Amino acid sequence: MSDVILDLDAVVKRFSDHEVLRGVSLALHRHEVVCLIGSSGSGKSTLLRCANMLETIDGGDVSLFGQSLLDPRVDPDLVRRHIALVFQSFNLFPHLSVLDNILLGPVRALKRPRQAVLDEAMVLLSRIGLAERAHDYPDRLSGGQQQRVAIVRSLAMRPALLLLDEVTSALDPTLVGEVLDLLRDLAAQGTTMLIATHEMGFARDVAHQVAFLDEGVLVECGTPEQIFNAPKQAATRTFLERAR
Amino acid sequence: MSRPIDDPSSDVPSLFSVKRRLLFAGKRGVAASALSSLVILGALVAILFVSPNGATVRHFFFSPHNMWRSFVGDPKAGLLSVGRGFITNVWMFLVCEVLILAFGLGIAWIRISRSPILFPFRVLATAYTDIFRGIPVLLVVYIIGFGLPGLFIRVISYQSPAVYGCVALTITYSAYVAEVFRAGIYSVPNGQLLAARSLGLTHASTMRRVILPQAVRTVIPPLLNDFISLQKDTALVSTLGAIETVRAAQIYGSTTFNYSGYVVAALLFLALTIPMTRFTDRLIAKDRSRRLAGAT
Repeated sequence: MSDVILDLDAVVKRFSDHEVLRGVSLALHRHEVVCLIGSSGSGKSTLLRCANMLETIDGGDVSLFGQSLLDPRVDPDLVRRHIALVFQSFNLFPHLSVLDNILLGPVRALKRPRQAVLDEAMVLLSRIGLAERAHDYPDRLSGGQQQRVAIVRSLAMRPALLLLDEVTSALDPTLVGEVLDLLRDLAAQGTTMLIATHEMGFARDVAHQVAFLDEGVLVECGTPEQIFNAPKQAATRTFLERAR
Repeated sequence: MSRPIDDPSSDVPSLFSVKRRLLFAGKRGVAASALSSLVILGALVAILFVSPNGATVRHFFFSPHNMWRSFVGDPKAGLLSVGRGFITNVWMFLVCEVLILAFGLGIAWIRISRSPILFPFRVLATAYTDIFRGIPVLLVVYIIGFGLPGLFIRVISYQSPAVYGCVALTITYSAYVAEVFRAGIYSVPNGQLLAARSLGLTHASTMRRVILPQAVRTVIPPLLNDFISLQKDTALVSTLGAIETVRAAQIYGSTTFNYSGYVVAALLFLALTIPMTRFTDRLIAKDRSRRLAGAT
């Protein structure tokens, strides 16, 4: 096998009679950053959820490390330990401190020793400048800080792949920058990421590949230069003009 | 600098009303509330004195001598102590409370489970909550209290009335409490479940570490409300002949033809439920202000 981590092959997803994904194919390689763009309702979030088995698919195939996730012997809990998902609304656990939010997955799901995870968590927190907030509760933090903690919570799982679902869409415009900076750092370190985003400038800077989704169809996929400077499809051009 | 309250020469419109000034000027606010309380309370007591048959009712229900005698009991006259009977109510309540919490949580857990293996249990649990929330507690007390002894089954059919009463109360209230727990679990936003599952936590640890700790907070006030009515419903066990406070008051009443014992029993229940009601109200108020603060 090559270094393909996640392979989506003609994925179809329906909600009752509405077809949200109509045969989307996309491959993600190790150390690659792919940005998913497209208007709200185009199927970006659903695609991410299908990738970590929060949604079951109605057609096509999804494989991780070359193993099909459709195989009934595949345990979704094990799949999700390799694929981390960060949400638009952060979804930090309000009854746990920042530190306990980060420790929960590695200690309870991966059964790693608490002390080792704690040391790692503190390193991660100091990297985002929030080490001294480790014992605060999430509601004491700003939206941008909460989202950075949510990203760190995912990183603490040491995932092979990070899925990010419009992680800056719920933030004040002034707080978007700090979250995007963190993602830029992660990209520079070679983190494999699939990012659904409305931030076109960010996608242009960071992505290796940009994929444009329109009404459940993957219209066009290519390098940022190609997508943003010379889109082949009329739909892509229209979307980019409106997104500007 | 503040200007005098009513200065006719001022051209600023006055914001003070006569009504508010009378009520709240200086310490008169306290005086006003004390006075109104006294008037209302006095009116209620006065009913007992001005009613045509007030004197009789005062003697039969509020005679201090009989109240004290029923409270302490009089073994020589075959009178049981209403006060001691109340201890039975308290332990029945305490035992039931623990059992109800455990059963209620278990039933709620089954009802929200998704596992195909648990399907028959889910059906049973749903039927259980439907049935026992629909039957009056008194009937459940009768059915258990007179039904089980009639079966002549070893151990099960030879318990004291208080035990059957506890079984009946536990069965009924577990159905209510299960629904309270279930509502609490569903009140936790779905994003919490998604976040926990995407960290690779199993369904069970998601429940235990993420959903239940958050559900408990919303569940405590309605749970305490159910326990307040449970405290009162321990009185129903008197119908099985268990010697608790209401039964003792009944015996006192039928022996002496004086019903002050019932008033004593009522006061004992109030002594237990009022602190709990106040505590519950305070919790609700605190929870409300926490939510309001969180909504900024």
